[in-house]
Amino acid sequence: MNRRILEEKIFKILMLASVFIVMGSLVIIIGLVVFNGGSSLTIEMFTQTSGGGYYLGRGGGILNAILGSLFLALPATALACLIGLGIALYLQREFTHPRISAFIRLSLDILWGIPSIVYGIFCLMIMVFIGIGTSLLAGIIALTLLEIPIITRYMDESIKMVSIELKEGAYSLGSTKFETAVKVVRRQALPGIIAGVLLGLGRGIGDAASILFTAGFSDRIPGSLFDSTAALPTMIYHLYASPYPLVRQRAYAAAFILVVIVLSISIVSRALSKRYTKFVIR
Amino acid sequence: MNKRKLRDFIGTKLMFTVTIFASLLFFAIFLILLYKSIFILETQSIAELLFSSLWNPEKGEFGLYPIIIGTILVTGISLIIAIPISLLSAVYIAEYAPGKIRRVIRPFLDVLAGVPSVVYGLCAFLFLVPLVKDVIAPWFGIESTGLCILTASVTLAIMVFPIIISLCVESFSAIPIELKEASLSVGATKWETVKKVIFRASAPSIISAVLLGFGRAFGETIAVNMVVGGIPRIPSSLLHPGQTLASLIASAYGEMMSVPLYESALMLVALILFVVVLLFNVLAVVVLRRAKRRWSY
Repeated sequence: MNRRILEEKIFKILMLASVFIVMGSLVIIIGLVVFNGGSSLTIEMFTQTSGGGYYLGRGGGILNAILGSLFLALPATALACLIGLGIALYLQREFTHPRISAFIRLSLDILWGIPSIVYGIFCLMIMVFIGIGTSLLAGIIALTLLEIPIITRYMDESIKMVSIELKEGAYSLGSTKFETAVKVVRRQALPGIIAGVLLGLGRGIGDAASILFTAGFSDRIPGSLFDSTAALPTMIYHLYASPYPLVRQRAYAAAFILVVIVLSISIVSRALSKRYTKFVIR
Repeated sequence: MNKRKLRDFIGTKLMFTVTIFASLLFFAIFLILLYKSIFILETQSIAELLFSSLWNPEKGEFGLYPIIIGTILVTGISLIIAIPISLLSAVYIAEYAPGKIRRVIRPFLDVLAGVPSVVYGLCAFLFLVPLVKDVIAPWFGIESTGLCILTASVTLAIMVFPIIISLCVESFSAIPIELKEASLSVGATKWETVKKVIFRASAPSIISAVLLGFGRAFGETIAVNMVVGGIPRIPSSLLHPGQTLASLIASAYGEMMSVPLYESALMLVALILFVVVLLFNVLAVVVLRRAKRRWSY
């Protein structure tokens, strides 16, 4: 056989093997989470909080972690969304000189790349400075900072695509720069903005490192902003190494709930983006 | 001033404020980490901290050398595993796979990218760790707990797959079809076209995908922390436990307030993470600019 055709064959086999490895690892992960997690899901997990004995195999649930995750990620995403929208709109040519906005984009890219544990430890320093302990508030701050670069860069990319003619149309009708930005550009970029926000939410709800020592851990549902709280990722982190097989199964169940939440966020994101694409002027 | 102009003025100023806030955040993180790590830099020189292999916080010894070696090993090996597999998969998905398979694989990759890192860590701990302990380590005749550099690297490689693959597939598909057809029409095989046309035309995107994957692997905390073993010693083989910079912070935060200078040492570690990410981003900008000039079509 020709050497070149042989090379083609060899690489085709290598490619198939690679795809097989990638898909195989995915199937193993999903399989582990669904089978182990799904089989150890109980109603109590959604209705009870975890008492002290929960980590030793006694009864209880992880309601505090589920609610904690939502209390942390939803306000953080809302805050990051407001701040991110402001930044992304301001990075347009009308407001910022292109050279300055290129610099801000680079700094946002670097912020995106910073490991979330660095945000955690940075917020810990702020907490010590203000004088608050591990709390819901500190966790929200950490997650907000973590999500700002993600959400902003996503929004920015879709706002950049808004055509100049559309903006000029708005200006020619006498609208101010701010009105154009908020009413025309924001609506035109809406599918991208929604995708960015939900991506940020997914990252925020799944991140453990940044809330590990800002939100702390607790067995109760947080009653105020200054209570420490558990969250699904930190709950998994506390359960996984238990010597009791039953408790390890609970870590899987918590992981199952987390994965379901994250996947539904991404499905909702796709559906919403598609829906709002209808209102985009091409 | 009329109401609309006032609203324009306030709105613009608000947007200006948040933009300044974001730019300052970058400097604030850097300065606070630097300020906090000065305490330890006053007692020991930076060279001593980076190249001493004694890590005993209780005795005031903060040699980061074994942890830096651990980080380089874990990140490097994960990329050595991830880059060829991801590139070949991306080529298959973009060029060879029939449309039906492509439509199945893409959403699967999105799923893989969205799974939180703690879930990867959990699956690695309960599946990969026993596998390494009972099957792979005995092959090499080494006693291992399964919590080791290799396990952490494989876990990270799996986390990096979707990032590199989806970015590469996107850029491979964006190459004009004429370019591929020109190569095929002069008698090149499909793989030769991939090698000489597609890889070259999309080199800038491949570089940035790899750098993004590097960032993910380098900074990953929780998943690594769960499987790497957490022992700050230079590993004598890949099947021995080690420690990485990011994972060190996560395991040490509980005790750091009680030992003097410990907090400052961890801030130095966080500063190192920050500076490396910063350098790689700046490097990426420079390399991409040059690569685009060299390989533009």
